[in-house]
Amino acid sequence: MSKSSSEQTRKIFAHVALVLLSVMFVLPLLWMLSTALKPTPETMTSPPRWIPSQFLWGNFAKAVAYGSKELGYIPFLVYARNTIIITILSVGGAVLSNSIVAYSFARIKWPGRDLFFGVTLATMMVPFPVTMVPTFALFKWLGWVGTFKPLWVPAFFASAFSIFLLRQFYRTIPMELSEAAKIDGCSEFRIFTDIIAPLSRPALMVVALFTFMGSWNDFLGPLIYLVDQQTFTLSLGLQAYQSQHGGTEWNLLMAASCLVIAPVIIVFFLAQKVFIQGIATSGLK
Amino acid sequence: MSKRDSRVGILFATPWILGFLIFLTYPLVASLLYSFTNFSILRPPKLIGLQNYNELFHDEVFYKSLGNTLLYVAGAVPLSTVVAIALALLLNTKVKGMSIYRTMFFLPTLVPMVALGTLFSWVFNGDFGLLNEAFHKVHVTPPNWMGDPTWAKWTLILISIWGCGQAMVIYLAGLQDVPVSLYEAAELDGAKVWAKTINVTLPMISPVILFNVVMGIIGSLQIFAVPYVMFPGGAPARSTYFYSSYLYDNAFQYQRMGYASAMGWVLFIITLALTLIALKLSEKHVHYESS
Repeated sequence: MSKSSSEQTRKIFAHVALVLLSVMFVLPLLWMLSTALKPTPETMTSPPRWIPSQFLWGNFAKAVAYGSKELGYIPFLVYARNTIIITILSVGGAVLSNSIVAYSFARIKWPGRDLFFGVTLATMMVPFPVTMVPTFALFKWLGWVGTFKPLWVPAFFASAFSIFLLRQFYRTIPMELSEAAKIDGCSEFRIFTDIIAPLSRPALMVVALFTFMGSWNDFLGPLIYLVDQQTFTLSLGLQAYQSQHGGTEWNLLMAASCLVIAPVIIVFFLAQKVFIQGIATSGLK
Repeated sequence: MSKRDSRVGILFATPWILGFLIFLTYPLVASLLYSFTNFSILRPPKLIGLQNYNELFHDEVFYKSLGNTLLYVAGAVPLSTVVAIALALLLNTKVKGMSIYRTMFFLPTLVPMVALGTLFSWVFNGDFGLLNEAFHKVHVTPPNWMGDPTWAKWTLILISIWGCGQAMVIYLAGLQDVPVSLYEAAELDGAKVWAKTINVTLPMISPVILFNVVMGIIGSLQIFAVPYVMFPGGAPARSTYFYSSYLYDNAFQYQRMGYASAMGWVLFIITLALTLIALKLSEKHVHYESS
């Protein structure tokens, strides 16, 4: 009896703590949305208004159309298009390359494989700034600086983290499946495309999602490689917008931020289960 | 291991073998070589021996940015680790609506760095920011978050808590793998909640903690985008000028790519050293299931 009542108190305590904490975590996002919908004077009231007196959905249009006078086009839509192009190419490249490379690491035996896999894992520790300068010099030499290529071509060459994730998954598929297929005369490539890849859809989804996030959110890459404002991505555009425009019209700035965040949040809600599972497995040794 | 298998295996691994050579091995070796040169996009590399390193170790801005970065790591990594574990423990109490809470804690990690910086420069805004309004409500004078050199760094450390959702999800998965029988045994011995957490839960998830801490250190050492957006130029008084900011400026603003490469290698060595220290310190405390 006493045990169940202490259990009860604990549950209540946990609930209260969770409610308070989750409110704290979500509040800034709600604040952003609320600010985005306000008329400018209402962003500067004390105490702050949570519910705008009128919902100015037009703020989103204004944020998007910002700069159209000087530049003669709507930068945010161009930025969105650029980001989408880079993201789609990166996701496609990452799924294609990682799925086949991880297959080799997980299901084919070749000399030096496990050693190379160990080295591959260790490369996750190499900080990006170390390789930044020579990589830039390489792309400069190829004449790719100022184009999207430096931002998506590397995705076609796989990455340690995605190889690791997919390998973990492939290894859970019984080898007997491959052996049976081999007896039936299937080539390794056919086994990969017809048996293993279809079974691995959730894991491939995780790689696609992580690549999507990384590409959509990337800031340093575009900052280094994109020169012309016409080629900017959303992250870069938002930063430019903030530095030119910040501190005055917070409502438009927050509206622009909402537009950058919204696609990621939508994709997350569409694939929430796969996503959370994927992150959970990334912590396994 | 047949010859055929080997051929096919290596063929399938080719994209990564190339990627490994072109985008990792080559840049690593090249940046080490560049670090001994004077080099910019306009000038071809010219060998100058150890001059870059020599200059680096006498460069005040280098020390300032390194100090800022280490302070940030020392603040952000422990703080977000504790919060992430606490959140995961709370979520693991089998409360109703667990997945909804988990989603809410996780949402902030989806926000792109630039949007995050923009949003928090508004939340921490001195005049009309959300946070200061909360302070005023309880009649406490808020600190000058973004204008005071000490507080500016704390602002960034506090923001790092907001992004601990990813680690939290990993901890939660680890917690759910702890065998129930262990808790039952502890209960038989009369262990209370706290004792169970300390003696059963934490040791059982210690490999996960180590993984997250190491990844946290590596990531935090590279902090760049959020301060770039929130504190242009590392203001106030260079208190938010971080290692990567200075490295970036050397490479792309001052056209000193040799110097930037030397900084890159120093960062690499610092990263390795801190990782090794973390591994070494944890040796006695991390419990691996022998299976």
